[in-house]
Amino acid sequence: MSGPSTYEPQTGIERWLDSRLPIARLMWDSFVDFPTPRNLNYWWTFGGILAIFLMIQIITGVVLAMHYTADVNMAFDSVQRIRRDVPFGWLIQSMHANGASFFFLAVYIHIFRGMYYGSYKAPREVLWILGVVIYLLMMATGFLGYVLPWGQMSYWGAMVITNLFGALPVVGEGIREWLWGGFSVGNATLTRFYALHFLLPFVIAGVVILHIWALHVPGNNNPTGLTVKTKKDTLPFHPYYTVKDGFAIVVFLMIYAAFVFYMPDALGHADNYIEANPLVTPSHIVPEWYYLPFYAILRAITFDIGPISAQLGGVLAMFGAIAILFVLPWLDTSPVRSMRYRPVARWFFLIFMIVCLCLGWCGANNPDDHVLGTPLKFVNFAQILTLYYFAYFLVILPVLGFTERPKERPASIEAAVLGNKPATAQPAE
Amino acid sequence: MTDQHGQEPTRRDFIYIAAGGAAAVGGALTLWPFIDQMNPAADTLALASIRVDTSPVETGQQITVMWRGGPVFIRRRTQTEIEESLAVDISALPDGLARNENLSDDAPATDENRRFTEDLLIMKGNCTHLGCVPLGEAGDYDGWYCPCHGSHYDTAGRIRRGPAPENLPVPPLRVADEANPAIVVIG
Repeated sequence: MSGPSTYEPQTGIERWLDSRLPIARLMWDSFVDFPTPRNLNYWWTFGGILAIFLMIQIITGVVLAMHYTADVNMAFDSVQRIRRDVPFGWLIQSMHANGASFFFLAVYIHIFRGMYYGSYKAPREVLWILGVVIYLLMMATGFLGYVLPWGQMSYWGAMVITNLFGALPVVGEGIREWLWGGFSVGNATLTRFYALHFLLPFVIAGVVILHIWALHVPGNNNPTGLTVKTKKDTLPFHPYYTVKDGFAIVVFLMIYAAFVFYMPDALGHADNYIEANPLVTPSHIVPEWYYLPFYAILRAITFDIGPISAQLGGVLAMFGAIAILFVLPWLDTSPVRSMRYRPVARWFFLIFMIVCLCLGWCGANNPDDHVLGTPLKFVNFAQILTLYYFAYFLVILPVLGFTERPKERPASIEAAVLGNKPATAQPAE
Repeated sequence: MTDQHGQEPTRRDFIYIAAGGAAAVGGALTLWPFIDQMNPAADTLALASIRVDTSPVETGQQITVMWRGGPVFIRRRTQTEIEESLAVDISALPDGLARNENLSDDAPATDENRRFTEDLLIMKGNCTHLGCVPLGEAGDYDGWYCPCHGSHYDTAGRIRRGPAPENLPVPPLRVADEANPAIVVIG
């Protein structure tokens, strides 16, 4: 899609720079004149929203780092000091903590959008894989950051997650002590988590550049899933999509601001306002909401699978639930990208989304409690949902590609937008 | 030895391969300190042993001490609890091994192999599932119950039901000296 450059330097300085470092040309071709399908809907604005949130997290994070002390005796108090004493600390800390939640909310919508419209299919496999890499890095960064306030949930969350690695055979024990830098989660753990939490967002920013690069080679997918054929299928990125993205960003930031200003602790846990205590476990350890579906999968494996213990099985299932996304482009065998034209797949996808939400619900509840007073326990409910989660990728998508009869697709993006019937569409230029 | 063009290797070929080899091995060796620095430091290892006076612990009472950054339970068990533990059929346990660092790895999980003295039970207080601290005098076996994921331990700290794979481990223990048998060295 990246055709010949349309950038024309207007002034002497621009011409001088263009022949030495054509960075203005790169920006022009990438974000001004970039040909973008004319039919992108609001689900496509979340890429821009995510870029904004990465910037918010980095800027607020660097500021917080100026006031935070990474020491087990001072970390908890230093965060409270930021919230109470540092000028505007209450705002910046709230922006950072809630920013993480909204970053994940946006990334989940972005991922589901990619899955519904088949954005992972050829020729966008590398783009998709880079996206999964970013998501993994986000999860690691979010986990490391949640440990820093050194509250009870911070400490015990770190304990549970690092203990997951202890489940690995033979090397598990050694890896755990290596991660801790001691015999338990302690000061050495806190300082390294802090250093890595500072580092990883910049790694994410690097992969985001690759992600955009990989996007700009084949160009955007679009709601019809059709490949761009002519110039009539596209619009220049600016002003059409800068404005559309900008509007969506403003709306999303309004919801974010409502949390930042009026409900700063609504997405957190009261237990994290108790300083970390290695001798007392909170009665109910739960991760942040954005990890809950994976936490439910971890706890759903309560039985040994052959030589694999239930503990290791849970860990493998949890990591497998993310790892399977890497091979999604090859598991979905249908040549039709958009589920608009896949009458069967779209229902299975709808169920998949509900399953993911229900897994989150299971993750938030005690496994032995009953679902809405029914005889079904949350742990068994989570087992059924986990089964569907993996079946969707390993059975449903591979088989549907062969059995499903897709609906008729429009002749082109232009025809889809302008309402022309496929029969009367103009021949492609 | 000749290369694909049928020519003898030159000094330049040798230098090329030697330099490449040195770079690869040197790179790998340089990486090691950056990996190993994350392991427990010397001062952390030096703090790995503590002395505890167990004489104030009354029958039916439990104290928790910090050892290596985590809890260690010291419980003086009641006669009922000891009898309950002795009555357990070892072959029916989920984990049949004592998990006692003072004994061999294959020692069976009898009460004798778990306890320190007849009434005194000393073991690490992190659930072997994911490291939470189990609650005392709780659960279906009158021992410990982990609230995180529902593991039940009996009065000798052996896993009886739930996701935890192993019995609560017994750390290295010894009496400090013969004159003060109540003072126990952990670690």
